[in-house]
Amino acid sequence: MDDDTDNPTKWMLAVRDKRDRVAFGRLFDHYAPRLKAAVRRGGASAAEAEDIVQDVMLSVWQKAAQFDPARAPVSGWIYRIARNRQIDLHRRKSRPEPEPLDLEGEAPPDASQVLALEQETAELRRALQALGPDQRQIIETAYFGELTHAEIQAATGLPLGTIKSRLRLGIERLRHELKELRRP
Amino acid sequence: MTGIGHHVPEAMLRDYATGALPYPFELVVATHVSMCDTCRAALGAEEALGGAALDGAGPEDLTPGLRDAVLSRLDDTVIAPPRPARRGIYPGPLAELIGDRDPRWRSVGPGVRQSILHDDADGSARLLFIPPGEAVPEHGHNGLELTLVLQGSFHDESDSFGVGDLEVADADMVHLPIAGDGLPCICLAATDAPLRFKSLVPRLAQRFFRI
Repeated sequence: MDDDTDNPTKWMLAVRDKRDRVAFGRLFDHYAPRLKAAVRRGGASAAEAEDIVQDVMLSVWQKAAQFDPARAPVSGWIYRIARNRQIDLHRRKSRPEPEPLDLEGEAPPDASQVLALEQETAELRRALQALGPDQRQIIETAYFGELTHAEIQAATGLPLGTIKSRLRLGIERLRHELKELRRP
Repeated sequence: MTGIGHHVPEAMLRDYATGALPYPFELVVATHVSMCDTCRAALGAEEALGGAALDGAGPEDLTPGLRDAVLSRLDDTVIAPPRPARRGIYPGPLAELIGDRDPRWRSVGPGVRQSILHDDADGSARLLFIPPGEAVPEHGHNGLELTLVLQGSFHDESDSFGVGDLEVADADMVHLPIAGDGLPCICLAATDAPLRFKSLVPRLAQRFFRI
């Protein structure tokens, strides 16, 4: 692994293993402004979005022991926490979540596995950035928004079939980048 | 766990990740993922996509003071609700819903029992108990039906399903599941619409038993 400190995985591991507040501050500076933008895309006001950002970032600190860099990139792990929080608030009750894996007593993951996942994630990010603005917006709406397909159509003026195929196309292109992740 | 051959379809995992599934299907997906490392990894991939989109979002300026407010709360005592643990044949998400008691079974036919866990406009989720060799009354469904095996097995005209296997049946499919030999078959079944039975008697029974 290279030496640079500009790496959310390292920050997250420092938070998990050393309860490192400086590293947590770095995670906050990176993710909180992105979370705010993402949550607002789901229809939240700026104030509501900041409440959710606070809850999510505190959960990142509190649930750090569950973070496993061989199984999830930091961004994906935080995405899940944020989405669950949004859904719980929306429904006013907890959504069913899978049993957590019991990581205690498990051998620490192979560093090469962690690195491979980081590289996959970086490629995925680049693939997303390479998409046209239309496709990217549709994907962001699918992952953050509460809009149905019909509402997406109303918002963009595009016919539903086009939307669906664009959504599929965009996601399929991204999925292509993920093949290595999908080991049985 | 090994030997699971019928998994959650990819599109459904994506919908679980993005929060687009109705509650009864979320329950089934969360339960299956608790039993199936393949689908746990695939769900992780879907969430990685969400994470990549998060990395590319905004950024949007925060209210000054938000950072300090969060940092000042890191020492707060947190009473985290215990994460759901498996109880017997019931994986965490189901055990959480059932609680400490055994499911409340009701008879719905010869030896066949059910326990309704959820029933509202989003659809229904229930446990089915089918003695070996017994059939579940034949039915079609208005929407999609998911059936996840928790104990024993069942088979229908086209396939067989063991512990951890998920059957996805759409509205066009009329099937006749029969429980396999050995232990009674216990399944989690969920629909996004009420079931409808083909013959009159079960249809009457449906009104009483909410099958």
